[in-house]
Amino acid sequence: MSDMEFTHTTHYQALGERKLAASRCKTCGRLYFPARPICPECHGNNMEAVELSGRGKLAAFSVIYIAPTAMIQAGYDRKNPYCAAVVNLEEGPSICAQLVGVDVAHPEAIKIGTPVTATFLTRGEGEAAKTFLGFQV
Amino acid sequence: MTKRKLGRGVAIVGAGMSKFGAFPGKSSRDLFVDAFQEMLASVDKGFDARDIEALFIGNFSSDLFEGQGHTAPIMADWVGLTPRPATRVEDACASGGVALRQGMLAIASGLYDIVLVGGIEKMTDLPIERVTDTLATAADALYEVPAGFTFPGLYASMATAYMSRYGANTDVFLKVGYKNHENGSLNDKAQFGQRIADIMEMRKKSAAKKGLPIPEWADEMAFLKDDRANPIIAWPMRLYDCSPVSDGAAAVILVSEELASRFTDRPLYVIGSGQASDGATHSRPTMTSLPSAKQAASIAYEMAGVRPADIQVVEVHDCFTVAEIIATEDLGFFEPGQGWRAVEEGQTARGGPRPINTSGGLKSKGHPVGASGVGQVLEIWKQLRGEAGARQLPGAPHLGLTHNVGGTGQTCTVHIFERR
Repeated sequence: MSDMEFTHTTHYQALGERKLAASRCKTCGRLYFPARPICPECHGNNMEAVELSGRGKLAAFSVIYIAPTAMIQAGYDRKNPYCAAVVNLEEGPSICAQLVGVDVAHPEAIKIGTPVTATFLTRGEGEAAKTFLGFQV
Repeated sequence: MTKRKLGRGVAIVGAGMSKFGAFPGKSSRDLFVDAFQEMLASVDKGFDARDIEALFIGNFSSDLFEGQGHTAPIMADWVGLTPRPATRVEDACASGGVALRQGMLAIASGLYDIVLVGGIEKMTDLPIERVTDTLATAADALYEVPAGFTFPGLYASMATAYMSRYGANTDVFLKVGYKNHENGSLNDKAQFGQRIADIMEMRKKSAAKKGLPIPEWADEMAFLKDDRANPIIAWPMRLYDCSPVSDGAAAVILVSEELASRFTDRPLYVIGSGQASDGATHSRPTMTSLPSAKQAASIAYEMAGVRPADIQVVEVHDCFTVAEIIATEDLGFFEPGQGWRAVEEGQTARGGPRPINTSGGLKSKGHPVGASGVGQVLEIWKQLRGEAGARQLPGAPHLGLTHNVGGTGQTCTVHIFERR
């Protein structure tokens, strides 16, 4: 068993260091992001840490007008909608993240398959500040 | 994994539901009492509530919606069924479907002969942002929600993937909503039991009454494309693509097959049941299908020994209009990528060859989340017994199916019912 920890804490710590921390199963070779301690395919627990490139393609998205409380606090609302997306990373795994740098007023012009790269978004202030994964076109 | 037959047969002999809607003065227990009384009255040969041996109650989040946890014994108490075991079942919006399955398994195991399966949810007491937050607890709080996703947003992202892959346009989603409002207008239990044309008239009258300029729309599609009349919630999902926030309850009586004739000559037999789980939305090999729905359907069809083409009455989980289209493909009624064309062609309308959601679906009937999976059974109960009134399907249908999804498919149940 690996002596590394693969938890949501290590995931968000890595994001704070502007890194995408994945885990690879040393038994079957499969790659997971967010990192996991157990391989869902072979159930092996011998995982190694792998840093991803942050490059990927847009797999799905929505421009969200009715926001949850956390995003309202981040300044979004009906007049200032944002794009949430699913991105397929070039190493294989996919992930949910906010997509910035797209024209949310013209969602029909946002194209599935567009290349995107990781960016790191800070929400909250002071002690409560936390880094979240984002992507940009 | 291989044994997929019940230990013994299970039948439904009674079914009832409250009206779905927004009921400021009623808690979930009051709505459950409504459903319970209709359920008792529906048993053809009469039923003594004291014969119920256990209760399985689907409920997503009374804790956050009502500030009330531990709801199953309260339901048992309020209809006079303590000290019988009462179990709350929670799998988000699939809570009702999973409760049905747990009740079925409890009878099939031989432990009980007569079980009540209920579903309850009281959602409308909270302001809309807290409803959104509460529903979002059914998504992955660590890896989906921090992206800014809401439930409309997650399904909307499936819609963009579907449009891109299969060439569908946003109009087709509006047509699903239009169709479900047509069906719901014939259902007196529906929360929004109005046709889109009726809603347009109401909007005009309301504007006239307030002395505002009276809006004009060329037709229903023009209304549905109007950003003011039908605002975007999460593009491309608009208000009329989304099931409403609802209060409601539903309840059915399950009995062992050999007891059914004591209560009715027209029971529905539960001949197929499948349930499956899945990971977060992004973790799946596809964004245009729910793998858990395909898995649950496959198990249910195999258990029932029927094919998709055999099914005559279908209630699918149209929490969003795109979800209905994907469901009709996952259930095998249409090939992948053909579900939207079927909508365009009117195949899924009540008068079409493959009617979907004759009740009005979650969209028009309402979506009190924990009650929805049981509420779907009510439509099958009515249609297969010829009791669906103005929305009754012709040809005395005898096979029905329900498809109930939790989250974006982290849970799915599929049930198949037969009138013999």
